[in-house]
Amino acid sequence: MGIRFILMVNKQGQTRLAQYYEWLTLEERRALEGEIVRKCLARNDQQCSFVEHRNYKIVYRRYASLFFLVGVDNDENELAILEFIHLLVETMDRHFGNVCELDIMFHLEKAHFMLEEMVMNGCIVETSKSNILSPIQLMDKTS
Amino acid sequence: MLYIFMLGYDVDFGHMEAVSLISAPKYPEKQVGYIVTSSLLNENHDFLRLAINTVRNDIIGRNETFQCLALTMVGNIGGREFAESLAPDVQKLLISSSCRPLVRKKAALCLLRLFRKNPDVVNVDGWSDRMAQLLDERDLGVLTSSMSLLVALVSNNHEAYWSCLPKCVKTLERLARNQDIPQEYTYYGIPSPWLQVKTMRALQYFPTVEDPNTRRSLFEVLQRILMGTDVVKNVNKNNASHAVLFEALALVMHLDAENEMMSQCVALLGKFIAVREPNIRYLGLENMTRMLMVTDVHDIIKRHQAQIITSLKDPDISIRRRALDLLYGMCDVSNAKDIVEELLQYLSTADFAMREELSLKAAILAEKFAPDLSWYVDVILQLIDKAGDFVSDDIWFRVVQFVTNNEDLQPYAAAKAREYLDKPAIHETMVKVSAYLLGEYSHLLARRPGCSPKEIFSAIHEKLPTVSTTTIPILLSTYAKILMHTQPPDPELQKHVWAIFSKYESCIDVEIQQRAIEYFALSSKGAALMDILAEMPKFPERQSALIKKAEVAEVDTAEQSAIKLRAQQHMTNALVVTDQHSSNGTPQSVGQLSLVKIPSTSGDEHTSADQELSQANGTLATVDPQPPSADLLGDLLGPLAIEGLPGAAVLSEPNAVSGLEGVPIPADDAAAIVPVEKDTNSVQPIGNINERFYALCLKDSGVLYEDPNIQIGIKAEWRAQHGRLVLFLGNKNTFPLLSVQALILPPVHLKIELSLVPETIPPRAQVQCPLEVMNLHPSRDVAVLDFSYKCGTSMANVKLRLPAVLNKFLQPITVSAEEFFPQWRSLSGPPLKLQEVVRGVRPLSLIDMANIFTSFQLTVCQGLDPNPNNLIASTTFYSETIRPMLCLIRIETDPTDRTQLRITVASGDPTLTFELMEFIKEQLVGIPTAPRPPAPPAAQPTNPAAPVAQPTNPAALTDPGDLLAGLL
Repeated sequence: MGIRFILMVNKQGQTRLAQYYEWLTLEERRALEGEIVRKCLARNDQQCSFVEHRNYKIVYRRYASLFFLVGVDNDENELAILEFIHLLVETMDRHFGNVCELDIMFHLEKAHFMLEEMVMNGCIVETSKSNILSPIQLMDKTS
Repeated sequence: MLYIFMLGYDVDFGHMEAVSLISAPKYPEKQVGYIVTSSLLNENHDFLRLAINTVRNDIIGRNETFQCLALTMVGNIGGREFAESLAPDVQKLLISSSCRPLVRKKAALCLLRLFRKNPDVVNVDGWSDRMAQLLDERDLGVLTSSMSLLVALVSNNHEAYWSCLPKCVKTLERLARNQDIPQEYTYYGIPSPWLQVKTMRALQYFPTVEDPNTRRSLFEVLQRILMGTDVVKNVNKNNASHAVLFEALALVMHLDAENEMMSQCVALLGKFIAVREPNIRYLGLENMTRMLMVTDVHDIIKRHQAQIITSLKDPDISIRRRALDLLYGMCDVSNAKDIVEELLQYLSTADFAMREELSLKAAILAEKFAPDLSWYVDVILQLIDKAGDFVSDDIWFRVVQFVTNNEDLQPYAAAKAREYLDKPAIHETMVKVSAYLLGEYSHLLARRPGCSPKEIFSAIHEKLPTVSTTTIPILLSTYAKILMHTQPPDPELQKHVWAIFSKYESCIDVEIQQRAIEYFALSSKGAALMDILAEMPKFPERQSALIKKAEVAEVDTAEQSAIKLRAQQHMTNALVVTDQHSSNGTPQSVGQLSLVKIPSTSGDEHTSADQELSQANGTLATVDPQPPSADLLGDLLGPLAIEGLPGAAVLSEPNAVSGLEGVPIPADDAAAIVPVEKDTNSVQPIGNINERFYALCLKDSGVLYEDPNIQIGIKAEWRAQHGRLVLFLGNKNTFPLLSVQALILPPVHLKIELSLVPETIPPRAQVQCPLEVMNLHPSRDVAVLDFSYKCGTSMANVKLRLPAVLNKFLQPITVSAEEFFPQWRSLSGPPLKLQEVVRGVRPLSLIDMANIFTSFQLTVCQGLDPNPNNLIASTTFYSETIRPMLCLIRIETDPTDRTQLRITVASGDPTLTFELMEFIKEQLVGIPTAPRPPAPPAAQPTNPAAPVAQPTNPAALTDPGDLLAGLL
């Protein structure tokens, strides 16, 4: 069913944002995150951006100190996901203006809203940046 | 709060707040409420019911943004209840033209979620038209979502959605030609790559494209994609275009297009696996592997063999894995030799994470495509030499099997083994193989230099101090065999060997001790040695265990039957030993032999035992390794179980045997015959322990054991992989029970913690001992409770199996057809999906069978299978190491012959699949009123210390007792 989870993790391995599209208990989440982060952070630039872990495939991409990890199941186009990560980053860039780890930390709810607009139940919904950002702008206006 | 949750803390306290925020009137509050709810709660949470009404109001309300929020939430976590109450509203939204695309795209995915939860919400007939309408949509957002919905619908039932096919092609065309695409949706100049990918994915779910016009235009598009993609500077653009390209490749493969296009694809892939960009290389390799499965392009791919082998040395493990898979897939007779040699060479430099897989694959390839058998033996021996730690036992068992079955191979293999023994440091597995081969066939080498029995013996003996306890028994067997083959007997050698035997007679390991004693006795007996240690009969020809298992170190049934067979042989030997001991006057329990109708008066027992032996051997040679031998096994078990070793707990064994023979052997008898044994039990259990055990396997509370002094009750609660058992120990007497001891002997897959058991139980009192169980991984082994107490002056000891069995960690789950079929199809072939035909099943009506399944926590799904004679069941398995795993089971029965069925089991974990299959087989074959215990105690007598030893169990293969039994 496509995307299983999206994680944002910093260089130290701390999770900055986590969104799951299947139900895992807290302990499972913690264990999974730990394993994946260890695996991915250990890799260097010359290696490919896909890691197989349990029955997921992790597609990851690094932006400065932040890692974006997306867990997908076996029938998903890896490169498409890779670019989807980039789209997500570009969208955040447009909203925050050169997004950084702190933006995501302090505006966690906004990051979540964006994700919510882009991915629903593990499927990509919207890829147009202005459409993604419109509800958030709406909210900024009202508050 | 989300932040707290993300850090991994429990935030139960906030759930209520979040849910109540949903009904807040202001947009920001509502939004926060929805988002928190959807990420914190799961579909079965109680609070969600509270929200259902609010959500519904929002959905049918007028405010678009509210509608969106509600739909998103339902889309993320909506469960069955939502599906039932909201589906019509959502559908209305999706097709209504008055809504903005914003709302409709959400509605599409929301419907997808609901559809997954409950397929009935989408009415097939009506929807195919509407779906087609949806695909005419101009807004790409809606189109993306609808395409996801279509993928799900089509994967479930492609027949009904034929009409959507041309639309998909049209959409693809529109995208590929870049017509009418708003700027917003182009990504680095490529019109929405995600939608393109999704569309092609949807097309792959249709078997073929029949309409020639559509087909032509589709191929045109594909051709354009295949040709038009170039490597560009910009990483993002490059990635996006390649994403589309790979999907196009997959589609071409699926459609099995004409040759020209196919070879174009292969050429492209060949280019990809040579590029520097690791992502592309990875995908190139993966797709090539996939291509192998679809079509016959072996020859073209073989041209790239060198390149693939280079990839095997890539610094990136992901790429290496893919390369290995590809090599494994493309191997055939013509290139097997090269590939296997390459793998062997690589093995010594490969990193540890891959070695096991690598060695297994090399072994399988070597076996499958071996041009001649000596090459195969060479390869495997090299394999063990280079990566001994990673060679599972099965691999060397297989070699032994081959060698035994091929006479021409025997001298060669023995010579090879001898060569390896000369190396200064060799792996333990190598010691095992060499010792075994030399033991069996060293006499064939006797004429060669350096191969006299004495020299071989000393070469092997050199290794003895370095090996572990599991190998020593093999070495002992080898010594005995060498001794036997030495004709005329060499007194010096004999003395030497005897010295070793007597040294190990007091060994702490029971297995070694018993062997040493047996061999010593046997070899002093002389002539009989010849009969017993005669060459192993040929193994029945069977298919390779390795291939079946592919990746898991598990045993297939053939292997099991071999163990049974070996166990028998072991027993026949043991019988003779008993007899030997008795005639030697050793204080062993001779009387027990009478239980198998062998006269217990000493005079002629020698011959009768020998007769029995030859009979058994006779049967062995011809025996069908399947069930018929069970009776024989049972017969042979009788004496052994009781004989055991002095000092072994006696009561448990007769009990275990009683299950097998159906005739309970009163423990008192045993005590009467063997007064020497002090700790024999004088108490007799009330009721059949086995029956009690089986009853407890099905329910959670009941009596586990009862005798005149004590009653042990059990109460259990199971939650996912955790279990909590309480043992109720009740003293029935008016005096206290002393020295109460309870020990748990857990199998490896269970983690069991028993709280302290009080030393004494006061008269007429009941004490409770809680017990925590955690399931680590799937296995059918059973935990054993070793319970003993003192009653008056006599000690009582029982070994009870605890009903912490596989089915306790299952939880029923209902699977709908649309969940079932994709899952079922995605788990294709062994080891994830196993199929087996089982005969000799107790005839059962389908209803009975369904009841049995339900009692084992398997949900029987009605109406999933069109054939009324078939049964489909599903369940979820919980364990610590793997996530909750959906298991699917299909039983096909034959209405004309109820004793035979075909079972197919599928799950996401190979071990689980295997264990579940065996479990079901056990249940279906053996459930009659006096159930056959899943753990025939064959191995117990040889090794009473082993927690649960059962010859039919795969775990038993690693059990030293059985391993040895096989090698004798």
